[in-house]
Amino acid sequence: MSTIASSIFTPDTAARFDKLATIYPLKRSALIPMLLYAQDEIGFVSDAAVAEISQRLDLLELDVRNVLSYYSMLRTVPAGKYNVQVCTNISCMLRGGYELLDHCKNKLGIGHKGVTPDGLFSLEEVECIGACCWAPAVQVNYDFHDDLTPAKMDAVLADYAAGRGKDVK
Amino acid sequence: MPQLVSHPDEVKVVSRRFGQGAAEIDKYIELDGYKAVQMGIEQGPEWIVNTMKASGLRGRGGAGFPTGMKWSFVPKTSDKPKYVLVNGDESEPGTCKDHVIFLHDPHAVIEGTMIAGLAIGAKMGFIYLRGEYRYLLKIVEKAVADAYAKGFLGKNIFGKQGVDFDIITQTGAGAYEVGEESALMESLEGKRGVPRIKPPFPAVVGLYGGPTVINNAETIANAPHILLMGGEAYAKLGSERNGGTRLFGISGHVERPGVYELPMGYSLRKAIYEVAGGIKDGKKLKAVVPGGSSCPVLKADEIDCGLDFDQMAKAGTMLGSGGIVVLDESVSMVEFALRTIAFYQHESCGWCIPCREGTDWLKKTLTRFHAGGGNKKDIDNIQYLAENMMGRTFCPLGDAAAMPTLGFIKKFRSEFEEYLEGVRVEHPLIHIKPVGELAMAGAGH
Ligand SMILES: Cc1cc2nc3c(=O)[nH]c(=O)nc-3n(C[C@H](O)[C@H](O)[C@H](O)COP(=O)(O)O)c2cc1C
Ligand code: FES
Repeated sequence: MSTIASSIFTPDTAARFDKLATIYPLKRSALIPMLLYAQDEIGFVSDAAVAEISQRLDLLELDVRNVLSYYSMLRTVPAGKYNVQVCTNISCMLRGGYELLDHCKNKLGIGHKGVTPDGLFSLEEVECIGACCWAPAVQVNYDFHDDLTPAKMDAVLADYAAGRGKDVK
Repeated sequence: MPQLVSHPDEVKVVSRRFGQGAAEIDKYIELDGYKAVQMGIEQGPEWIVNTMKASGLRGRGGAGFPTGMKWSFVPKTSDKPKYVLVNGDESEPGTCKDHVIFLHDPHAVIEGTMIAGLAIGAKMGFIYLRGEYRYLLKIVEKAVADAYAKGFLGKNIFGKQGVDFDIITQTGAGAYEVGEESALMESLEGKRGVPRIKPPFPAVVGLYGGPTVINNAETIANAPHILLMGGEAYAKLGSERNGGTRLFGISGHVERPGVYELPMGYSLRKAIYEVAGGIKDGKKLKAVVPGGSSCPVLKADEIDCGLDFDQMAKAGTMLGSGGIVVLDESVSMVEFALRTIAFYQHESCGWCIPCREGTDWLKKTLTRFHAGGGNKKDIDNIQYLAENMMGRTFCPLGDAAAMPTLGFIKKFRSEFEEYLEGVRVEHPLIHIKPVGELAMAGAGH
């Protein structure tokens, strides 16, 4: 393993990455988890994160960017502290997913991939998140909210705004 | 948290421990957990494979390939390590059954993975969950750690000298295509999730070049139950050539949406009208997508068939992932078709041209059509495009887009024609942005 003199990550994450690079038959397998965990910590995958991860896994930065650009959850610009992801795929659409998306747009005053000026919320229209039987469904960061209505959505947003929302990492 | 549902017609095998706290290892053990794998160690690989074959279990990931047969294809000896790979990418719209398994019975997935490992002679298994399932990944990670702590995983498992098995959990980061088995292997190797050419098939050259069995999470979670009850007993629960039971996620316009475990071959009509409580708000049924969004649609008068792989094929569609999406009379098929195709266009990995361009043109044409700029030729063009994608793409994602498209056009052509004459959705829900400037190309005006 390449040793990292001074990691940009917190000691916990750095230790986790040290371990991740050793558990697989090929260490490159750690790439996608590392990118996602880096994003969880920084809020997006920064240039510095790309540099450190490529060093950790003995990859070219180009290799890392190539993979980074493929996966829809990975981003290279910051999102809001709470990224509100509204599913509008078929099962959700049939139960009001688009109305919910419109409601969030109006409520937050931002569009798809927009961020509120205070940086608290961002909004994304997403594809099926595997909660079709509890539609319409929304994920705020990694936390699922099921069977929503505009009123329930307001309560969810209010909880996050007040710092009461769950934040699974 | 997903709501658990139940109905008297359910036959609970894989869902038997749901709602009982079996994510805790001691509870799982109390409920017969980790007995099957120990039987497997005693009885040996041949017994496991034969039991799986006798069970008639067919893959729950979509294609319905017989699981016992799949396991028997793995060469007995190999220079490279063999692997078991559990597909928990669950991204087919309408599908949320693996979600419930990971939540309520993660040890069943772990035990099933070990059983598959014993059957093929692998010492390592991977459980791959889609990136969005972080809270479920944590549950599975904890379950794996608990199994290690008990000596059920690692070296000399269950105190048996020389029997080793390791499990690594892995997160994806958002990509439907990664659910395709070879793309999943690429992703697990830290690459873009593009498919590999076949042959060689994964059973011969798979993950890291080693022989690999890849199964859906529900398929794998069935294995311990099958070993415990016996292959024949499991087979008898289902219909001819379709052993056992299956988790069906019923969503859309029904009164009681949810994940129900029903015997294979159970009536689709009863699943909708009895199990899921019928059409929401007393409306009329218009159509059903019976197994996730890639399956051709059935019309309201075509639902008198049994939910198994063969009967669905006979009805001109597929059982797919078991995600039954129910549409009431208010749905515009043009709009529904556009939303379905928009998904496949978004998720096409771009590796091969018929899929990348095909889904793109389908979406462009449908977007224009939906927005009111369609013409009669478009309907034929959509069909022509889809027909030309079928069987010509590198992996089945192209087919997954073409098949439902052909279904919409063939079954609801008159609705597309009426749409041209102004019978439209009054308040279109979808504001899909045209892709690039060419979106109006071919509009003919
Ligand atoms: C585009 C595409 C996406 C797929 N997504 C999934 C998925 O999310 N989960 C899954 O189990 N199988 C998925 N499959 C099927 C897998 O390729 C594979 O057949 C399956 O995991 C085998 O397991 P089984 O035999 O237990 O069904 C997908 C296939 C294609 C072509
Ligand atoms: S369609 Fe929205 S979660 Fe599946």
